[in-house]
Amino acid sequence: MPDGATPVLDVKDLKTVFNTRSGEVHAVNSVSFDLKPGELLGVVGESGSGKSVTMMSLLGLLPSPPAEVREGSVMLGDRDLLKIGEDGLRKVRGREVGFVFQDPMTSLNPVFTVGFQIAEPLRKHLGMSKAQARDRSVELLELVGIPDARRRLGDYPHQFSGGMRQRVMIAIALACDPKVLIADEPTTALDVTIQAQILELVKELRHKLGMAIIWITHDLGVIAGIADRVMVMYGGQVAEQGPVREVFSNPAHPYTRALLQTMPKLHGAREAKLRVIEGQPPILGRHPTSCPFMARCAHAFDRCARENPVRRDIGTGHDVACHWDHRGGTA
Amino acid sequence: MSAEKRKLVQVSNLKMHFPIYGGLMRRQVGAVKAVDGVSFDIYEGETLGVVGESGCGKSTVGRAVLRLYEVTDGSVVIDGEDVATLSPEKLRKKRPSMQMVFQDPQASLNSRMTVAGIIGEPLDEHTRWPRAKKLDRIYELMDAVGLNRDFANRYPHAFSGGQRQRIGIARALALNPKFIVCDEPIAALDVSIQAQVVNLLEELQEEFGLTYLFISHDLSMVRHIADRVAVMYLGKIVEVAPVQVIYDDPRHPYTEALLSAVPEPDPSLESRKERVVLKGDVPSPANPPKGCNFCTRCPKAFELCHQTEPETVEVSPGHFVACHLIDKNPTAGGTGGARVEHDQGKIQQGEDA
Repeated sequence: MPDGATPVLDVKDLKTVFNTRSGEVHAVNSVSFDLKPGELLGVVGESGSGKSVTMMSLLGLLPSPPAEVREGSVMLGDRDLLKIGEDGLRKVRGREVGFVFQDPMTSLNPVFTVGFQIAEPLRKHLGMSKAQARDRSVELLELVGIPDARRRLGDYPHQFSGGMRQRVMIAIALACDPKVLIADEPTTALDVTIQAQILELVKELRHKLGMAIIWITHDLGVIAGIADRVMVMYGGQVAEQGPVREVFSNPAHPYTRALLQTMPKLHGAREAKLRVIEGQPPILGRHPTSCPFMARCAHAFDRCARENPVRRDIGTGHDVACHWDHRGGTA
Repeated sequence: MSAEKRKLVQVSNLKMHFPIYGGLMRRQVGAVKAVDGVSFDIYEGETLGVVGESGCGKSTVGRAVLRLYEVTDGSVVIDGEDVATLSPEKLRKKRPSMQMVFQDPQASLNSRMTVAGIIGEPLDEHTRWPRAKKLDRIYELMDAVGLNRDFANRYPHAFSGGQRQRIGIARALALNPKFIVCDEPIAALDVSIQAQVVNLLEELQEEFGLTYLFISHDLSMVRHIADRVAVMYLGKIVEVAPVQVIYDDPRHPYTEALLSAVPEPDPSLESRKERVVLKGDVPSPANPPKGCNFCTRCPKAFELCHQTEPETVEVSPGHFVACHLIDKNPTAGGTGGARVEHDQGKIQQGEDA
């Protein structure tokens, strides 16, 4: 990947808070990251780690209230997406940033044909005529590997299988040739053999279209297969971020390490007993003054309770938010 | 593997067909063959893993084995009694010895009952114990699954997913069962919580000598927990073998494809991996293909596969495969199961595709 290139997307200190009856929930806490042209950034984390909320905050997709994007900037090129307002965002969504959601069953509208749903962004954003949009829709369906594309435009979502529906979702997201594609757990609801098909498709499309992709998942295996860079989230914060090989072979955050160890392997010796991360994920009630992973961390010490760690560089493009030094001792 | 061990569960030729009604008179016009002739044994104290994709019939097998469905055909002998044909009274007496842990702890726990109520319900149904004895048992079970006794009077919504699954496990254990069907018990949980629940299941197995039928789509987890593994495709078992054998030397093309599709958390391994990507989707079980069930997606299929159904062959002790590529009459002296070499060209082609 071009390393020094200007990022297409640059997120700084993003902070999203939900105002609930039982008080504030700090779902996203000073999250910063960038995305270079043509790069695939994998975002991993458990449910509640803030990975989806982060991405939805970028595009103003969270219902407000209760959600409130309190601080930060989201630069797409030279515009700040947090400042351009709903009308501005409407022009960005689907046009410059495509979004693929987890569940292909619920994210397609069951009462419209697939052809209509693919043509919609083309007509709205690019002002294509019906005929042009139709031709482009056929191209897109062929691109994502749906056989007999022209005939299938008239079909409704229920006439497609899960994997095929997810292909349709990808086709819709790609319709306007976005610079950035955000895919939120796009293969989680699919079977492994179908997941393998979708992953192959994405690898192929990336090279063909050269767009930057953010891929959210809880499956480290998926990340290992497709990502250039990985960002591990925990408790609404970035725990660790770096090139995928570096993070997997040399994980610095205790959470990343534990996560890699708890997963049973398909090869090698069978573990007699699985390593576990004791305890439960944190409840993001107050603004954190301590490390969110502290309660479950094997390496926690007094400083972790006093001070929420900030990210520090530990190598080329590799940073970690932890007081403990994985090379031994404390930082 | 464990030949001298007693077979606790013997399933033979189990069929579970769900009728499809149609037409003006709502007559039966067909059947969804969710499970179509499945046979396997489970030895006492072992874990049999059942893997496969959604719709392959693995959950239906689990439910049919416990007679949560009235089976279409076949027998399910558990501890000497054929559960499939037991009379309702006898079946009720049998129920305490066979229990189930469900996939979704949210949906399988009654949200209006307290934890003590949920765990104690099997006791209310099947015992005439006094209240105090029941409560003792409930506390004992809560200890066993690692739930704090103080939470006995709370409702399920107050617990996290992993804790809810512990409640479901405690309920399944209440009547001292011998055999538990675990239907995707960890699928709804986060990675860091999955390991906790799997370790708990293993500890309980050791402590109480339980026998598990562990249904899952997570091949890595099955490799960890199971002693033997059955791979299902479209209502049939395509391969059964001891766990090391099936992961190191899969013989059925579907098992190979399934294993190669699992993404592994190792970037260098991932980049070297030669992935068999299957084309297309699983056919409908209402209208399975002629011949071998897998022939429509199999990269190695040849003419015979589209005509006749393969027999199940024992290629090595305890390793059964249903595929035409396996030689039915292995040469004497060998361990058997040499791959049939004919139509090699086609096989090569299939692999390239």
